[in-house]
Amino acid sequence: MGPAELLRALGFNVYFPENHGAMLGATRMATDLIPLANARGFSPDICSYLTSDIGSYIKGASPLQKMNLPGPPKADVLVFNTNQCRDVKDWFQFYAREWNVPCLGIHTPRAISELSDSMVEDVTRQTEALVEPLEKVAGTKLDTARLRETVGLSKQCTELWKQVLEAAANVPSPITFFDGTIQMGPAVVLRGTPDAVDYYRTLVAELKQRVSDGVPAVEGERFRIYWEGMPIWGKLSALSAQFAELKACVVASTYCNSWVFEALDPADPFRSMARAYSSIFICRSDDYKEKYIEQMAARYKVNGILYHDSKTCPNNSNCRYEMPQRLQKKLGKPFLIVNGDLNDLRLYSEEQTRTNIEAFVEQLAEA
Amino acid sequence: MHHYCGVDIGASSAKLVIIDGNGRIVGRALRRSGVDYAETAARCLSEALAAAGLKQEDLSGSLSTGYGRDNVAWAQGKMTEIACHGRGAYHHLRKRMTVVDIGAQDSKVIHLDDRGRRTGFKMNRKCAAGTGAFLEEIAMRLDIPLGELNGLAERSTKETTLGSFCTVFAATEVLAKIRAGEKAEDIVKGAFRSVARRILEMDTVDAPLVVTGGVVAHNPILATMIAQSFGKETLICPEPQYAGAFGAALFALEKET
Repeated sequence: MGPAELLRALGFNVYFPENHGAMLGATRMATDLIPLANARGFSPDICSYLTSDIGSYIKGASPLQKMNLPGPPKADVLVFNTNQCRDVKDWFQFYAREWNVPCLGIHTPRAISELSDSMVEDVTRQTEALVEPLEKVAGTKLDTARLRETVGLSKQCTELWKQVLEAAANVPSPITFFDGTIQMGPAVVLRGTPDAVDYYRTLVAELKQRVSDGVPAVEGERFRIYWEGMPIWGKLSALSAQFAELKACVVASTYCNSWVFEALDPADPFRSMARAYSSIFICRSDDYKEKYIEQMAARYKVNGILYHDSKTCPNNSNCRYEMPQRLQKKLGKPFLIVNGDLNDLRLYSEEQTRTNIEAFVEQLAEA
Repeated sequence: MHHYCGVDIGASSAKLVIIDGNGRIVGRALRRSGVDYAETAARCLSEALAAAGLKQEDLSGSLSTGYGRDNVAWAQGKMTEIACHGRGAYHHLRKRMTVVDIGAQDSKVIHLDDRGRRTGFKMNRKCAAGTGAFLEEIAMRLDIPLGELNGLAERSTKETTLGSFCTVFAATEVLAKIRAGEKAEDIVKGAFRSVARRILEMDTVDAPLVVTGGVVAHNPILATMIAQSFGKETLICPEPQYAGAFGAALFALEKET
C-alpha cells in the first residue's frame, strides 16, 4: 500500500493488482482461478488475492473484460510496499519475472507499537531511493511541485473518506461496512487525483442529507456491529442481506479505515508518505491494534465485534492471538469469530456462518 | 391445556417435541432428516401429535431450529440450534453452565449464566473433526455399525492414539493401526478420545458441563471423556438428542405466554 503519489507525480498510470484481486473475489471468479495458481506452485494456504490474480493471468480471464477492457495491463515497473504483508512482494515479483521488468519496493517494519522517528527516517530514505530508478523507467524527472500537489489531493481524499466512514457513528447509521467496501474504491485506486476528491464530496453530501433526514442504512437498526478483518468479497451481498434482515448494522471496520492516511502533508511529501504508509493498522502490533479497536468500538457505539479469521490472510486476521477474548474482558461486549477467506470460497461455510451470525444477534438481543 | 411444538431439523436427524403448558413432554418423534426437510417435519409432527393424542390445531405455538429451520413453513418462529440447545439444557438444571452439543456435522460450546442467558458460544470450524461425521467415518473404515461403537470402546483396555486433526488423515491413521494389528475396540476408544480433544480445543470452560446431541445420546462414553478432558463436572442432559427440539418448544411456550 503506497506510495502511489510518487508514481502519479512521475506520470505513471497506476494500476492496483490488489483491487483486481478484490474484484475477482466479489465476482466469485476467484474460486475457479485459484486452483490454476495452486497447480503452478502457489500454495492454497497463501494470500488468495495473489493466487486469484495469478490464476486470472494464467487463464486470461478478468472481470475487467465484462467492462469491455482487455484485462489487467502489462506493467513497465512493479512497485510494492511490504507494509501489508510479504505476499505483495512475492506477487509482484511473479509479474516482474513474467514480463522481465523491474520490481522495486519499500520494506516497511511490521508489528510496530510506537512508530519511531528512526523507522520513519528509514522508510523515507527507501521511498527517496525509488525516485532515480523510477525516473529511468518514466523517462522524466520528478517534479516536486507535482508531487506536493498529488500528496495534497490524496490528503483531501483521505479527509473526505474519513468523513464518509464517520457518518456511521450516527444512530441509526446511514451507511454499512458492506457499502464501505464498495465506496472505498476511489480511495484505493484514485487517491492523488481530483476525481477521488469529487467523488467523496458528493458522497459526504449525500450521507449528511441521509443523516439529517434520518434515513438508515438498515431499516429498524437494533444492533451495531464492528467488522474486524478482511471482507469476504464473494459474500458481500448475502451477508449484507442477512444483517439487514436481522436489523443489525455492521457500522464500522478496521478494513475500510485502513485507507485513511492522516499523516500525509504536501509540505513534506516524502517524510509524510513514509509516516502515513507506516502508520496503517495492518503493520502495527497487537497492543496498538487492541487500543485502536477499543476506540473504534466506543466511537461507533457497537454492541459486539465480529472477527473474520481469513484463512489465507494471517496478516489481517486479528483473532489469532487472543485479541477477541482480551477485548471482550475489557469492553464487556461479545464477539463472534467467522472462519472464511477474502477470496477462496472453498474455505467458507455458508451454513455455519449464517447460523453463527444469527446466533450472535440472538445473543445481543438477550444482553 | 395449551401445547407447544419444537422441531429441530439437524444435518442427520430431525427431532420434534410437543410439550404442555408446564414444559412437560407429551409427544415426540425422531427421523432421518432426509432430503425433503418440509416432508420430514410434517411426518414428525403427525407422529408426535398421534403419540400425544392431539391435533395440529391444538398447538398454541411452534418454533423450528437446526439446519432446516427455514424449511418448516408451519413453524411460527425460528431460532438457531445454539439458542435452543442452551434453552433445552438450562431447563433441567437452572444454573450457570456450559452446554456442549455434539451433532452430526458440527459441535458447539454454549456458555449460559445463572439465568440461562447466553454469554458466549463457539461452533467448530469448517471441519468434521470433533463431530459425529468423524465417528461415522471411523465406523465405516472399521466396518462397524454405528450403534456398536460405544459398547466396543467400553471393552477397550488399551487406547489407541489418533494424532491427526483432519478426519481424512485420521482415517489413514486408522488404516495404519489396523495393519499394525491393533484391536478395533482400542481404535474406537481412540476415536472417541479424539472427538473429546477437539471439543477441548474449542473454548475455555469455567462452569459445569452439560452435554447434548445425538452423538452423546448413543455414545455416553464421550461424556466421560469430555469430563476427563475439561476436568469439570459433566452431566448428560436428559433426552440429549431432543434437547434442541425441547428448547425450541420452550421458546414457543415463552413467546406465547
